[in-house]
Amino acid sequence: MIGLADIEKRFGDTVVLKGVSVVIPEGGVTALVGPSGGGKSTLLRCINLLELPTSGTVRIGDDTLTFRPGGKVATADIQRLRRQTGMVFQNFQLFPHRTAIENVMEGLRVVLRWPEAKARERAFSLLEKVGMAAKADAWPATLSGGQQQRVAIARALAPSPKVLLCDEPTSALDPELAQEVVDVLGTLAREGTTMVMATHDLRLASKIAREVVFLDGGVVVETGPSDQVFGAPERERTRRFIATLRQEAAEAGKPI
Amino acid sequence: MPHWLQLMLDSLGPLLWAAAAFTAPLTLLSFAFGLALGLAVALIRLFGPKPLVALVRFYVWIFRGTPLLVQLFLIFYGLPSAGILLDAFTAALIGFTLNIGAYSSEIVRAAIGSVAKGQWEAAYSIGMTWSQAMRRTILPQAGRVAVPPLSNTFISLVKDTSLAAAITVPEMFQAAQRIVAVTYEPLILYVEAAILYLAMSSVLSALQTRLEGRLGRYGGFLEARA
Repeated sequence: MIGLADIEKRFGDTVVLKGVSVVIPEGGVTALVGPSGGGKSTLLRCINLLELPTSGTVRIGDDTLTFRPGGKVATADIQRLRRQTGMVFQNFQLFPHRTAIENVMEGLRVVLRWPEAKARERAFSLLEKVGMAAKADAWPATLSGGQQQRVAIARALAPSPKVLLCDEPTSALDPELAQEVVDVLGTLAREGTTMVMATHDLRLASKIAREVVFLDGGVVVETGPSDQVFGAPERERTRRFIATLRQEAAEAGKPI
Repeated sequence: MPHWLQLMLDSLGPLLWAAAAFTAPLTLLSFAFGLALGLAVALIRLFGPKPLVALVRFYVWIFRGTPLLVQLFLIFYGLPSAGILLDAFTAALIGFTLNIGAYSSEIVRAAIGSVAKGQWEAAYSIGMTWSQAMRRTILPQAGRVAVPPLSNTFISLVKDTSLAAAITVPEMFQAAQRIVAVTYEPLILYVEAAILYLAMSSVLSALQTRLEGRLGRYGGFLEARA
């Protein structure tokens, strides 16, 4: 189980998260949705501690880390928690000086100290899984955005994380390229990969998310199974937001 | 054979010997030490504690703001008054190292800063520590950015080693001066010395091009060609 309890995050005087508590079930996909600036990316980054909460508790499996204002948390503890997660970024962030397969091997070689052959074997099978085996030796700069993001997914999965975190995984891609990333994430979801994704791609969220957390203004407005939140939202704020997204999708010629 | 050519050929041996024995070692050693110093200073500037940052900024200020020749004179002729006696080669090595350290620290600092923040995050996200991220992800990309300006520094250094003649290091330029003192042919000898410096710089330029090609093989950089 992954749990966030009473997470508060301040940047100076700005409070971005105001006591957010979320429980993320294992084996399913949870989508964090909401308007820009609502705190979904920050909340996601608090799970792997790229952003340190000002206060609150982060729990992944049996590991728990509690933050207090002004308190110090040991780097080793942050690493221990972070190493149970993998992350996919909006702008892919592949290592440009390493080939596709080297990107996937990097964590296995450097962090887990796997021997070269074993790491290459696992990296290759992950590239096969995301449909990128043919491009194993390509430089990232020669790949399309969708291809780069698929390699990035393989890289994030390489150390077998307990949870895959996706920060707007399709929003830097045009619809066609986004589709190939949605397909890969959909396959992972069906296989029971635990995922948390911050997104405002309603197609992505409605297709693969089981649970939805709607965040606005740094608080959880509504949470529940995805068909319920998308189909019959309880809160007025959620209704408005989803109506806007549907309208945007319809205007773009991609009704949901 | 014309007189000037004969003289150039006769002096080639002593000049090349001085280049091999003094100019080259002085250049290579002070660049290697200076680059290591520059990296350390850059890391302190970027990540170090405040008092140390102030200290290294002071160092860079002094060594970029005073003439290299004055620095060499201070180390070789000045320090003995403070009880520190150095032989000429050591004094030159220290002077050039400190000078290169100051200049290259700014280049390395800018190059590290030019790597996108997302690359740090990507490295952290797969579990790397700060030093692993630095070594495996940031420095290789910073290196590519730093090669052209560092090559400038390196090529300047080759030529600046001629200043060591002024503190009695028998490097190539001093060898030329000595021959001039007995032949009274400054034009011929100094042209020859200039040609040899030009040759050394050209070799370095060619190496720079090859290194840039190797570091740039992964693409993704703006490839502007006239």
